[in-house]
Amino acid sequence: MVLAELVQYVATGLLVGGVYALMSIGLALIFGVMRVVNFAQGDFMMLGMYLTYFYAMSGIDPLLGAILTIPPFFVLGWLVHRGLLARVTGGGDPQRQMDAQLILTLGLSLVITNATTMILTPTPRGIRTAYATQAFALGPVLLNQARSYAFAMALVLAAAVYVFLTRTDAGRALRAAADDPEAASYQGIDVRAMHGLAFGVGIALVAAAGGLLATYYPIEPSVAGNFIVLMFVAVVLGGLGSIPGAFVGGLVIGLVQSLTLLVLPFQLQNTGVFIVFLLVLYLRPQGLFGRRARTV
Amino acid sequence: MAARAQGWLAIAGVVAAGVVLTLVVQERYHHRVLTLVFLWAAMGLAWNIISGYAGQISFGHQVFFGIGAYVTVLLVVKTGLTPWIGMGLAVAVAVLAAVLIGLPTFRLGGIYFGLATLAYPLIFRIVMDWLGYQEVAIPMIRERPGWFMQFTEPRSFDLLALGVLAATLVLSRLIETSRLGYRLRAVKENEQAAEAMGVDAFRAKMAAYALSAVPAAVVGAVYIHAILFIVTPDAVFGLLVISQTLVVALVGGIGTLWGPLIGAAVMVPVSEVLDSTVGDRLPGIQGVVYGAALMLIMIGAPDGLYWRVHQLIRSRAARGAAASRPAIVAAGGDAAVASAPAGGVLLEVRDVSKAFIGLQALSDVGFDVHEREILGVIGPNGAGKTTLFNVLNGFLVPDRGEVRLRGERVTGLRPSALCRRGLGRTFQVVRTFPRLSVLENVMVGAFVHARAVGRARAVAVAALAQVGLEDRADDVPGGLTTLELRLMELARCLATSPRLVLLDEPLAGLSSDGVDVMIAMIRRVRGRGVTVVIIEHTMQALLRLADRLIVLDQGRRLAEGAPAEVTRNPAVIEAYLGKRWLARMGKPAC
Repeated sequence: MVLAELVQYVATGLLVGGVYALMSIGLALIFGVMRVVNFAQGDFMMLGMYLTYFYAMSGIDPLLGAILTIPPFFVLGWLVHRGLLARVTGGGDPQRQMDAQLILTLGLSLVITNATTMILTPTPRGIRTAYATQAFALGPVLLNQARSYAFAMALVLAAAVYVFLTRTDAGRALRAAADDPEAASYQGIDVRAMHGLAFGVGIALVAAAGGLLATYYPIEPSVAGNFIVLMFVAVVLGGLGSIPGAFVGGLVIGLVQSLTLLVLPFQLQNTGVFIVFLLVLYLRPQGLFGRRARTV
Repeated sequence: MAARAQGWLAIAGVVAAGVVLTLVVQERYHHRVLTLVFLWAAMGLAWNIISGYAGQISFGHQVFFGIGAYVTVLLVVKTGLTPWIGMGLAVAVAVLAAVLIGLPTFRLGGIYFGLATLAYPLIFRIVMDWLGYQEVAIPMIRERPGWFMQFTEPRSFDLLALGVLAATLVLSRLIETSRLGYRLRAVKENEQAAEAMGVDAFRAKMAAYALSAVPAAVVGAVYIHAILFIVTPDAVFGLLVISQTLVVALVGGIGTLWGPLIGAAVMVPVSEVLDSTVGDRLPGIQGVVYGAALMLIMIGAPDGLYWRVHQLIRSRAARGAAASRPAIVAAGGDAAVASAPAGGVLLEVRDVSKAFIGLQALSDVGFDVHEREILGVIGPNGAGKTTLFNVLNGFLVPDRGEVRLRGERVTGLRPSALCRRGLGRTFQVVRTFPRLSVLENVMVGAFVHARAVGRARAVAVAALAQVGLEDRADDVPGGLTTLELRLMELARCLATSPRLVLLDEPLAGLSSDGVDVMIAMIRRVRGRGVTVVIIEHTMQALLRLADRLIVLDQGRRLAEGAPAEVTRNPAVIEAYLGKRWLARMGKPAC
């Protein structure tokens, strides 16, 4: 009986973690390639939720809607890079540049959250689907259908990203630009274009993750704040910039969140996550998969 | 001296202007705006101590604001303690929190401090929710309202807030003009160079962080009594608090006490006016304006308004003042100081090994350095010379072996600790503090033994005079030639009163005249009783300079001895010039 309960919590945690994994991959890709800590990542996720909501209002199933957020958000991400981030990138002390980018994206995050509040009102919305309230039963373990579908889709998209990065020329160029921008530029890779590509893909992924999340999570402008920190934690856990690391980090966050409920009350659900975060920062700052934490 | 008095006068002027405004303003709403300007300016100043002076951007500074608010109010509610005393306890809690947050995070470099600071306010929010403090109202106390900071006269709050601002300005000014201030700026500009110059970066950052928590907690406590009256986790630990702080500091300019003041004077009224005019219809307008301001300032003037104006004034003043300077020439009389007798063993290096992933950079290297000698370390590229220096001055901890300085085992000590024990160094690529003047660069070194600013300045002036750079004292390093930069770095190192200096390729990139100047200078340094270990890979120069040579090749000590001897050593010739040379040469090289 206790075991079944434990399995239930683990399963729930993993299902949620799959979506966290997908959103964290986007953040890790952006950090890995551009060395930008994108504070507005959660806001793009929130916008992805809204777009999926509006798709659903016009009769498109949210699971499909989540996929359909990818093209417009890729373009949006590319534009944001071109119009904003590229202007504070290049030259100067890397630490200062990183701070400038982080502050810039913090500003962007404030604008998006508050503008959304102004335009769409703070009232939470939800997408009603038949599967949101259904569950698959695996013996005594119940798997919410919406979460299961979202989990499966997240895995598919993550696999697609993996194939893109390892099997296509653009993906290889992207990784080259991440490893050593200077060497990559000598090989004829346009590093600035790669940054645009990375930001576009990173934003598209988090928007799609938002779309999947929207099948079972309330949609409101302030939702970004809850998730951006989870994403940061997942990315740090996996080792800043490591994409497989971020994926595993996302799953771990889901698990930790879920298992925290076994010992702590619901409001403290995220405390476990933060404790893990701080432990990782202090004990293994390079993360589970990271190569280095600091340079001499 | 005049500039120092001016700074204090300006602060007095600001406070006087604040008092006048408080007296002139009539409407209650305008008083509120005035109070807000004072409080946010103080909050921006608090943030500026750790993020501006020390360059460690804190994205969670509202933690201390929130602690100030919660502790003070909870003390009133639970124990009836006056906020005037409660505030003091809140400050103590905030400082304790700063120490607990800083201890682990400052050991990590780069972005980790910033990321970790993001997590703390969220933790506090969750915990406050859980403890059931979602909403704590200040209880109304009718008798002795002043004792409980419950003024009915809005002017009282203005003056209280102004008092907080004035105290924070004074604190900032004291930091700016103290040894800590110089050290923080050095850490911000180049942490490694600062460490090598005796600045314990960790301690400096901890001090700045703890100090910056003090005004933040006080502002939080006063803000609750003057503006909010009810504490909620979101209102004090939320994102808007840190956004407002960042906006005020960044728009005005960081790293100066005038920045947050200017930022608050501009941004707070703007956002208040917007909030009061269209806030009802557009509830998020404040956030949009803050966000847009942050984005615009990062793109347009990342240093903030103050530095923009400052720059304009400076470049106008500098125009036409570009005078021609006398070239630095090698000083005569070197022969007198060229050879001082070598003394006992100063530094012992025993079996030092250091490996990086897949590369044995040093293996079992051992040698002695004698008092007052000039020891040359040579070797081809990749021989491990700079790694050796990094081990000797504490940047790297060796995998095996030990280093003793004057008999004391110093392996594993931080560079700053080694510097305080008399070990100075320069770098292969000169590491300056770019935004500090030449004099201030050297002062950072002087602070190793001088506590007072005046004393450090005197030491720095003397060190600059020693290397012939006194004319350049007020310039920034950006305008110096390579020779001048190398000399400045040497002066900075000498200002730490070293017993031993490690010079990493001090002749690299110099013209032949420059090489002569530098060689004369190094001889003079030794003439003053300082031991010199010098890396070079041009044999020629070292033959003129060194008493003894050590040859490194692929991380091993290949040879050691008098220069003439070493250059005749076949193994050395092979390592340096290759086997073909060895075959061609019947007679010694050079």
